[in-house]
Amino acid sequence: MSGMRIRIDPVACEAYGYCAELLPEAISLDEWGYPIVDDRPLDSELMALAKRAVRDCPKRAITLLDKTSG
Amino acid sequence: MTQANPVQALDDVHRLLGHPSDLRGHLNAHGPLNVPLGRNGSWQQDLVTSLEASGLNGRGGSAFPTSIKLALARSAGRGGSVVVNAMEGEPASDKDTLLLIRTPHLVLDGAQYLGALCHAARIVVCIPIGRDPVATAVNQAILERARNRYAPVREEIVRPPGRFLAGEESALTNWIESARPLPVFRPDKGAPLRLGGRPALVHNAETLAHIALIARHGAGPFRARGMTEEPGTSLVTISGDVKYPGVVEIDRGTPLWDIATRSQPVASVQALLVGGYGGTWVGPGHFGTPYAPIALRTIGAAAGAGVIAVLGETSCGLAESARIARYLAGQGAGQCGPCVYGLPAIADDMARLARGEGSGEDIVRLHRRLDQVNGRGACRHPDGAVNLVRSALAIFAGDVAAHGQGHPCRHWRKPTSLRFPRTVGL
Repeated sequence: MSGMRIRIDPVACEAYGYCAELLPEAISLDEWGYPIVDDRPLDSELMALAKRAVRDCPKRAITLLDKTSG
Repeated sequence: MTQANPVQALDDVHRLLGHPSDLRGHLNAHGPLNVPLGRNGSWQQDLVTSLEASGLNGRGGSAFPTSIKLALARSAGRGGSVVVNAMEGEPASDKDTLLLIRTPHLVLDGAQYLGALCHAARIVVCIPIGRDPVATAVNQAILERARNRYAPVREEIVRPPGRFLAGEESALTNWIESARPLPVFRPDKGAPLRLGGRPALVHNAETLAHIALIARHGAGPFRARGMTEEPGTSLVTISGDVKYPGVVEIDRGTPLWDIATRSQPVASVQALLVGGYGGTWVGPGHFGTPYAPIALRTIGAAAGAGVIAVLGETSCGLAESARIARYLAGQGAGQCGPCVYGLPAIADDMARLARGEGSGEDIVRLHRRLDQVNGRGACRHPDGAVNLVRSALAIFAGDVAAHGQGHPCRHWRKPTSLRFPRTVGL
């Protein structure tokens, strides 16, 4: 466990869906294409992909939060 | 100036309704504000202790403990704002309107006490556009207070748009700051709101009225009403299939049905809508539930905005719920995808079900949509809509089965007995 969780800003998100493509282990899409996030802490081996999802989101809607906050 | 009347019966001291509207009458009943200016540690500590001992929690919807909210605001710095939330966007609620028209000084006093504790620079009263009788009453009260040099912290009125969501607290501070009446995504909801870089303490009007009385008379008279674990009184707006809709002040812990009977419901009642339009339907088996957050939680309900709507036997719970779902879908802020697309889809599903056009597959899809939309907005608006529809599907399960097989009840075409600001179709 990395202890990090994915948090999506639902106001910023515009359903590009790159995050779900990069991280199907933790993110799926609803019927309108918006991400549904698995709220459990990320496995350590997924961290590199999670960071890429944060970087690649065109709307900068993804953040990684330490499990102790928020 | 006259001191508080010592012969006033203990259990009458802490009542919100029935107090005088003008400053002179207010002073006669409660005595002066007595807020020591500057640093006065013991006065402040006494008030903080009283608020803690009172067990008061917020009356705007989320029932958050007032003393915890206050401690967070006090640690956030000086020179901020106390925001009086009189938006009352809930269509079935009248309590804050009534309170501010009848006893504006009580609400403003509550804001003054908090302002003194937080060293706030101003008090901002938010009254929606269109609710002019409230604005007139509060404006008159503020002028009266200014003339009598009564209020130490400056009091002003602002008029945000009267939308359902404009009263959500982050939407309110957002509007005051940038004229956008939209909720803000806050990853950490525990952090205090801010206005102009300074802390903003947002409180519902009724909560402030309770604070004003606790500050003057201590926690005792407040705790003398209600239950030990849920003390005090609450304002409740009763509507729906009743003879006399209106606002009542009840002891917390009063059984739901006893509250509803104050408005003389129709002879045969099939359900009560508790909390508001983002609230919960409660069936007859739970009509005896005490009106108190802890007890309501055990049946999946909440006091919310203090709403009880009565549904008679000759109304269709699915049709009424479909109208509420449609109304809520139209009242979103339009910011978050799951709410923008999810709520209209859920409202469509409910409308088809109410008309007897929904199939078993539609009901399965509706449940899936409810699961998917819940918890996925920046604010709790979609969650309220989901809660309402889920409780409808559970409480009106018999109707769901019949309507779902193409045999809707004969009442679904009846006009609504709920209150909406505009016509809401099926």
